[in-house]
Amino acid sequence: MQDNIAETKPLAPKAVPALGETAVYAKGEAVRILDRTPIGHYRVPLYLRGKHGVIESVIEPTGLNNEEEGYGRNAGSKLHYYRVAIPMTEIWPGYTGSPRDGLRIEIFETWLERN
Amino acid sequence: MAHEENGHDHDHDHSHAEIGQTERPGYYDNLETVVRELLVSKGYFGPDEIRRQIEVLDSRTPALGAMVVARAWADDAFRKRLLDDGRAACEELGITFYDQTGLIVLENTDKVHNLIVCTLCSCYPRPVLGLPPDWYKLKPYRARAVSEPRKVLAEFGTIIPDDVEIRVSDSTAMVRFLVLPKRPEGTEDFDEVQLAAIVTRDTMIGVVEASKDIRRGE
Repeated sequence: MQDNIAETKPLAPKAVPALGETAVYAKGEAVRILDRTPIGHYRVPLYLRGKHGVIESVIEPTGLNNEEEGYGRNAGSKLHYYRVAIPMTEIWPGYTGSPRDGLRIEIFETWLERN
Repeated sequence: MAHEENGHDHDHDHSHAEIGQTERPGYYDNLETVVRELLVSKGYFGPDEIRRQIEVLDSRTPALGAMVVARAWADDAFRKRLLDDGRAACEELGITFYDQTGLIVLENTDKVHNLIVCTLCSCYPRPVLGLPPDWYKLKPYRARAVSEPRKVLAEFGTIIPDDVEIRVSDSTAMVRFLVLPKRPEGTEDFDEVQLAAIVTRDTMIGVVEASKDIRRGE
């Protein structure tokens, strides 16, 4: 994957985007994956909840929220997924590989907050 | 081995153990059967659709992914398009994405080694690689690939130097990943068919590196 891809395209000068249409987070932003334990179907693994990372890219186009789709609700719930980079040492304090090693995961917008 | 009880007494190396279901179906076996029969009886789909989808899955094998990798190695413009939009580039080669997933292709370089896993279950780039190997779906690989990837790689015989960054991509939602392995040295004269022949499934998961001396079995 190249570094220059999946950037949100700039809007035309007077075009107003719909709510949820533009990405809330930008490449390079520091984020935290929320530490929630909802009841039902979810796609954010436990080992990453509450961990800090950086937005590596915005995944275009917007996608369905898998957690809603799991119950057949798949209309109007499209938001962005983000490819988030998290250092292995952030996830595993005793990690023994290179300190540069990292994890990448796609996280739906509703599971992120600014760091 | 003599097998007189099976009506002959010559030595040979196959087992006469019956292949059969000897245990009662488990909870999830029953659940799958009941849900499938319910969906069929309600008319959501029928036996023909089930058969067709099995045929779709059976038609997808690592040979497709190998064709993609070989093209990327041989054609730099294609390689760029593949890294830019994995799904669109695969579609150029006639590979359809029947499951509505996206595809991000991760390029291995001298500085980065990519490995893919699905810690939640078994997300896998099925449109280009077919069904995942059993070990990919089992908990030891799923847990260890994200916590001690270098040890997992070493068990596959892959030693990654410490100055090479390991990037583990955990696929859990809409996007699937495919590793574009490094083109091995000594393949400068290979054509695309020869290149595709050395691209194994495991190189595209990232657990091993491509080698000019390995051939993918078909």
